[in-house]
Formats: sequence, C-alpha cells, structure tokens
Amino acid sequence: MSDWVARHVQELPPSGLRRFFDLVSAMDDVVTLGVGEPDFATPWLFCDAMVDALASGRTSYTRSAGIPPLTEAISGYLSSRYGVQYDPATEILVTNGVSEALDVVFRAVLNPGQTAAIVEPCYVAYPACVLLAGGRLIRVETRASDGFALDPDALEAALTPDTKVLLLCYPNNPTGAVMTREQMMPIAEMAVRRDLLVISDEVYDQLVYGDHQHVCFASLPGMRERTVVLNGFSKSYAMTGLRLGYAAGPREIIEAMVKIHQYVALCPSVIAQYGALEALRNGDGEAERMRTQYSRRRPYLHRALNEIGLPCFEPKGAFYCFPSIEWTGLSSEQFATRLLTEERVAVVPGTAFGTSGQGFVRTTYATSLDSIKLAVERIAQFLKRLRAEGADGGAGP
Amino acid sequence: MEDREFAIQVAEILEGNCRLSAAEIAAMLEADEERVSAAIEAMEQERVIVRYGAKVDWQKLDEERKVFANITVSVTPERDYGFDKVAARIARYPEVHSLYLLSGGHDLEVVIEGDSMRHIALFVAERLAPLPGVNSTSTHFVLRIYKRDGDVLIGEERDHRLAISP
Repeated sequence: MSDWVARHVQELPPSGLRRFFDLVSAMDDVVTLGVGEPDFATPWLFCDAMVDALASGRTSYTRSAGIPPLTEAISGYLSSRYGVQYDPATEILVTNGVSEALDVVFRAVLNPGQTAAIVEPCYVAYPACVLLAGGRLIRVETRASDGFALDPDALEAALTPDTKVLLLCYPNNPTGAVMTREQMMPIAEMAVRRDLLVISDEVYDQLVYGDHQHVCFASLPGMRERTVVLNGFSKSYAMTGLRLGYAAGPREIIEAMVKIHQYVALCPSVIAQYGALEALRNGDGEAERMRTQYSRRRPYLHRALNEIGLPCFEPKGAFYCFPSIEWTGLSSEQFATRLLTEERVAVVPGTAFGTSGQGFVRTTYATSLDSIKLAVERIAQFLKRLRAEGADGGAGP
Repeated sequence: MEDREFAIQVAEILEGNCRLSAAEIAAMLEADEERVSAAIEAMEQERVIVRYGAKVDWQKLDEERKVFANITVSVTPERDYGFDKVAARIARYPEVHSLYLLSGGHDLEVVIEGDSMRHIALFVAERLAPLPGVNSTSTHFVLRIYKRDGDVLIGEERDHRLAISP
C-alpha cells in the first residue's frame, strides 16, 4: 500500500466529536444540546448587506488582509470597546473564520519543535493547529473548583524553558468560564517574565452575563506587544457558516500571517466581509437581542442541571454549561452515548475537549427554551434510571 | 433590578411565550418565584397584561375561515374629544380586530375580521361608513399574511444546524 498520507497527519487524532457526530446523525427525534453555534438565523440586516454586495457585483478577490472599511471597523471596535489601538492597514488580518486565524498564527510563530501551551478543556482545534504547525504541546488543566479559570501556579509548573506561546480562550468553549481582570493579571505578568507570546481567542467576547465584563487580554499592561487577539463574527453576530474571523496583533506577526494567508486563502469571502462590515456598523442591537435571550436561558439551564443532579459551576460566558457527571461512574463518552441511545438527547462528551474534560459533558443553551426543557426532562429520567441501577450506590449528589 | 425594569422583563418573556410558569420565568431572571408571581398579578390587575392567547396562523388551519381587511377612515374630530369618541364607538364592534389613530392622510386604521369578504363589505357599508363623524372609508382586503406580530408566516422555519458541532 502506498504511503500517500503524511505521517504527521496519520498520527493526528481525529476530532473527538467525529464518532459522536456519526452516531447522532443516524438517529431521529434527537433533542440536541450539542450544538456549538447560535440558534438564531443571521440577522436580516447583515444578510441584506450581503445580498446587496452580491447584486452589486462584488464577487472578485479583495485585498488579502480584508477590505479596508472592514479592517477600519474592526480597529474601531477594539479601540472603542477595549481601548486597544491597532493600525487597520498593518495590524489586522481578516480570515476565513477564527479557525483559519488559529492555523495561520501557529504556522507564523512556531519553529519546528517549539512548544505552545494550551489550556484545557479547550476548543477541539487547538491541539491540532499546534501539531500541524510542527509545534509541541503542553496541556495545562483547569478545574471546576476554580471555575475553570487558569491557575497561574498550574501554568508556571507546566511551562518548559522553551515554551514560546500560550493560547487562551475566555469566555471559554466548552466550559462557559470567564476570567476577571484580577485573575488575568498574574498570567500577564508571567507572560512578560517567561517571554511568552499570548494568542487570545476571544470569539465569545460579547457573550458575557451578569456583572461580568469581558477583558481583552491585549488591554492588560504590557500585553499589546505580545498578544495576538483572535475574534470573529460567528458567535456574537450568528454568522457561523459565513466563515469570517480576524486577528489583531503586532505588525511583525500580522505581516507574517498575511504572507501565509495570501498563499493558502488569498482573501476571505468578499460577501461575508460586507456582512461583517454591516454587523460592526449597525449590528449592536441585533447582537444584544440575541445575548438577552441567551442571558435568560443560561440561568434556567444552569439551575435545572443542578436540580436534577448534575452539579454545574456557574458559567458566565459563551453559551455553554459544563456539568459534572462524575458521580454516575460513567465516563463522559459512556454517559453521552447512553443518554443519546436511551433518551435521544445529544450532549458532547467533555473528553472531546481534552482529557481534563473527563467526568463532564458540554451542554448548550443556544437552543430554544422548549428544547432545553424537553432535554432536561429526558436527562432527569436517565439519571433516575442510573440511580436505580445503583450507579452511585443509591445516593446521588 | 428595579420593579419597573423587572416587570418589563417579565412582560417581554410572557409576550414571547405565555405558557411559561412563574417558576420558569424566575429561573430565567434569577429571581424569586414570588416576585415574578406578584409582578404578573399586578400587571394583570392594571391590564398591562390584557389577556393570554395563542398566535394562530389561520391560513394553515382553514384559509376560508377568517378574512381580514384594513380600512382607512377619515373622521371629523369633535370639540373636546378629538377622535376618541368616534374611535370608542367603532372599537365596540366585535368585527373590529384592531383600531389605530394614524398620522398622515387618514385618521383611523381599522382592522376588520370577518367570515367572508361579503361580511366585511356589509359591515363597512352598514355599520362603519354611516357612523356620525365618519367622512370616508377605503377598504383593503388582506390577501395573504406574510408576517404578523413579529412572526414570519411564510416559508419553512427550520433549524439548519448540524446536531453536533464544536
């Protein structure tokens, strides 16, 4: 047999979601809490701008780093919201989703064998992007008892002398965790002390609740020159399938990223760029309308999960709850598979997001309240059966 | 949260789905169930919440069953009462679904609900047009409802998302 596929790709583990996705796809009548995207259609205001762009014949290649009005609008957004200044001409790159930005940034900054630290549980693509860039991985685990915030001591202990990059994601997928300015400060100080480049995925920046205010990592003292902020339009503006994200950072890094992006992507989708431009110019009301709905479903799901016996810390960001299923004695994969086959409810095993996700499942409230209620009823029934089976010795939490 | 702001939030939620219980609304607003119940009761008493009902797309159930018409009406306002007296008189008819005072070329917009076009035409000719103070009417039958009260009634509203995604 020919060895067509490169060894490093052969060795790359498939996404932890793949097997589960295949299982869910083969079933009917599934209530899903397993979706990682908004349940709202892209606001018509943005769609109309895209239809207009299409009707106006704006279908050609654009400037590689993105159309100037969009990079200017992104610069304005980061400046007005977080007080961080970026030159729209040289310090912002518009990409095909945050996914491309992740891929490109690691390829731009990692030499073969250099190390990047990722904070788990984390988005499924992080480890793969580091490995595909030829880098090595350090996994720093976070815990429910810390609200899944990054513990500076755990980070310090995990860092190796050659660690070059630290990848953060707050508000977090899959846990819904956020970090306050006070919690971030020691991380920023460590970044200076250990000369780390920080890549901060802030795609959920607008989806925070209660009294929490999002802190852009680059806005912390001394961080702008050593941080690449990644963000996009998928979550806050419900534009997932339109694939539009961006990176903002020091000129040297953005220029290196643009070089790669020019070869592999040429430019982001022109139509999506006009939709994103409309979102930034006139989309605050639409974003807030969606956030308000999430803000009401969040406490509902959080309370319901705790009440039926799945202990869950309070998530203050994104649109996920990440309850513990440890007492059931089942692995995350077993729990999710049995819940799916026995009760037709889809949740994502925590292990899809790293080994520290063992003992947890990811649920989303980016779905209608009716679906949440139905899913909770079915999960409660499932837990009742597990207790009857003596999964917890009859006690439960 | 202040009482008024709290009441607004409860009303918004109920307007979207009036079948939710006070306990469910309390969970959504991270509030006590008693506070939600009290807010609802107060709004019911003050007729802020006028009544509870379902939004029905009659076009799907029985297209012939209900006919709607928008009628613009020009009225001579009365001294001391303006348009209120004649509006109150029009509003009493059960056929009148909604009634608005307008700015612009006409004074009132009356939405009439009837069993048939003939029913509505007779109502306009025999009840509405002869009313004292009504100068003229212009009847526009609703041929199709595309959107009502914020709900799009055309096309299939389907969740296109994958059941599992990262």
